[in-house]
Amino acid sequence: MQPGTATLTPDGTRIALAGDWVLACAPALAAQVEQLQRRAAATPVFDASGIDRLDTAGASLLLQLGGETGSADRFAGLGARQRALLDTVVRAMHTRPARPRAPNGVIELFANAGKAVETLWRDLAQLVGFIGLILASLAQSIVRPQRWRVTSLFFHIEQTGLNAVPIVALLSFLVGAVVAFLGATILRDFGATVFTVELISYSFLREFGVLLTAIMIAGRSGSAFTAQIGSMKAREEVDAIRTMGLSPVDVLVLPRVLALLISMPLLSFLAMVAGIVGGAVVCIYTLDISPGMFVHRLNEMTQVKHFWVGMAKAPLFAFLIAAIGCLEGFKVSGSAESVGAHTTSSVVQSIFVVILVDALAAIFFMEIGW
Amino acid sequence: MSETVIEVRGLRNQFGAQVVHENLDLDVRRGEIIGVVGGSGSGKSVLLRSIIGLNRPRAGRVQLFGEDMGSLGGERRAAIEQRCGVLFQNGALFSSLTVAENVAVPLVERHGLPRTLIDRLAALKIGLAGLPPEAGAKFPSELSGGMVKRAALARALALDPDILFLDEPTAGLDPIGAAAFDQLILTLRDSLGLTVFLITHDLDTLYTICDRVAVLANKRVLINAPLAEVERQDEPWIRDYFQGPRGRAAEHAAVAAKRN
Repeated sequence: MQPGTATLTPDGTRIALAGDWVLACAPALAAQVEQLQRRAAATPVFDASGIDRLDTAGASLLLQLGGETGSADRFAGLGARQRALLDTVVRAMHTRPARPRAPNGVIELFANAGKAVETLWRDLAQLVGFIGLILASLAQSIVRPQRWRVTSLFFHIEQTGLNAVPIVALLSFLVGAVVAFLGATILRDFGATVFTVELISYSFLREFGVLLTAIMIAGRSGSAFTAQIGSMKAREEVDAIRTMGLSPVDVLVLPRVLALLISMPLLSFLAMVAGIVGGAVVCIYTLDISPGMFVHRLNEMTQVKHFWVGMAKAPLFAFLIAAIGCLEGFKVSGSAESVGAHTTSSVVQSIFVVILVDALAAIFFMEIGW
Repeated sequence: MSETVIEVRGLRNQFGAQVVHENLDLDVRRGEIIGVVGGSGSGKSVLLRSIIGLNRPRAGRVQLFGEDMGSLGGERRAAIEQRCGVLFQNGALFSSLTVAENVAVPLVERHGLPRTLIDRLAALKIGLAGLPPEAGAKFPSELSGGMVKRAALARALALDPDILFLDEPTAGLDPIGAAAFDQLILTLRDSLGLTVFLITHDLDTLYTICDRVAVLANKRVLINAPLAEVERQDEPWIRDYFQGPRGRAAEHAAVAAKRN
């Protein structure tokens, strides 16, 4: 390969072109072209007879050298093929659309903040509307057993409930053990290690059991709902359901919502048990609390109402996670990228909403004295 | 015109127990437009993937520009691959990038090209593919089916390939768009000196732009010849394909168009 060259005659009126004007030589050629443009006379004459190979990149550079106005006629000595190529490039060459002016940083900051607030508001309104839609569909189909989708319901119970058992149990067990360790370390200074039992039972019954489950389910099942419905939306399957006279909410959303409403309390219960067992294991092995004493103290000191406080939140969280997951799925448009974006958004929103509602519930239960 | 740029010999492809190609031979000469036809599942796309190296054949060899792709590694293989532009069936445009950025990707990956030149070349390819300049700023999801194909063609042309591989370029286009795309390929071949390897079901495309037609059936290339010769074959599948009502209509249309 003979790298392309452009040589200016001493009087600055004639430019001789030679070698290969191809993409591989483009960086060097671009530099030469820029240099020559500054040095050459206003309308130099081109002698292109020395050009060996020419591709579109080279042709584009030739035209740049010719001052954009160029037609192929200005380049004398081109072969017929090269001439045809240059003609094609001339026809295809657009004046590049001007790059949009860099916007003012401060204005953009306010604009983005405004957009974010508007999106937040619209998302919230949409969520409330969607929850209403789910409740209405639920009320309609509950009185008509022939519209119940039992197979789908059990499939989703298996997916979201049964299959989540190992991970929920293991993680709750571990967190229970960690809480017990923390409690034991701090309470030892006060000689009150026996209160570790209450620490574990209160925290797991009231908060951690259901909260850990909800976070796990949001990441595991909420995201799956979004991805499933989202990819159906992207491939127009949701539209197909609609054209068959079926309601996508009935077919896709209700089984998922109901499945989560059933699985979540069960999983929360499991998480409570696993967490307390985890704590108990730590108590038994590192503190001088025997299994019998642990159970006794649990019975004595912990009221059942704490269990109900925790369990009451499970269906609420389940409903919110399922609603957000399904709604984000329906928001997917077209591309695979959109499925990914909405799946992320679904998980973030669910976890945010779950923790927010949990905080509100904590205040509520405190105020009513539970 | 006689130099062979693609040479496939004794190709065998197999997925599980299903043999797709058995002892398949194919030659493609420089500067021609070759149309590959065959029934659904006859392995047209697999053949394309084997030639461009996305699919490793069980046996046989594929030579591009006289180099054996199977034994070639590293930079020399990459150099050959850069001489091939591929238009995938559904465009395979990167959905997170605009059209102009999509076209610029192969250029950006070549170090040393100044940004202004990249932008210029990307705009040029978008023009060559017959898209309006403002299409460059759009995302693939905002384009119609025909524009997606053109944008993908622009990206395939980015590195000035010698061979252009097209997988069903006119599928899903309306007749006007399909005819325009055919003409575009013809123009590009003539002006850029491309060799075009074209998989198609579109009989109009076969009759209008293909120099030769390769018929894929019974796990091999039955015949690879100019269309007139292919039509005369007495193979049942070929007869059904070209002498069926659609084949005859396309032939009449092509003959009428040539007469005008």
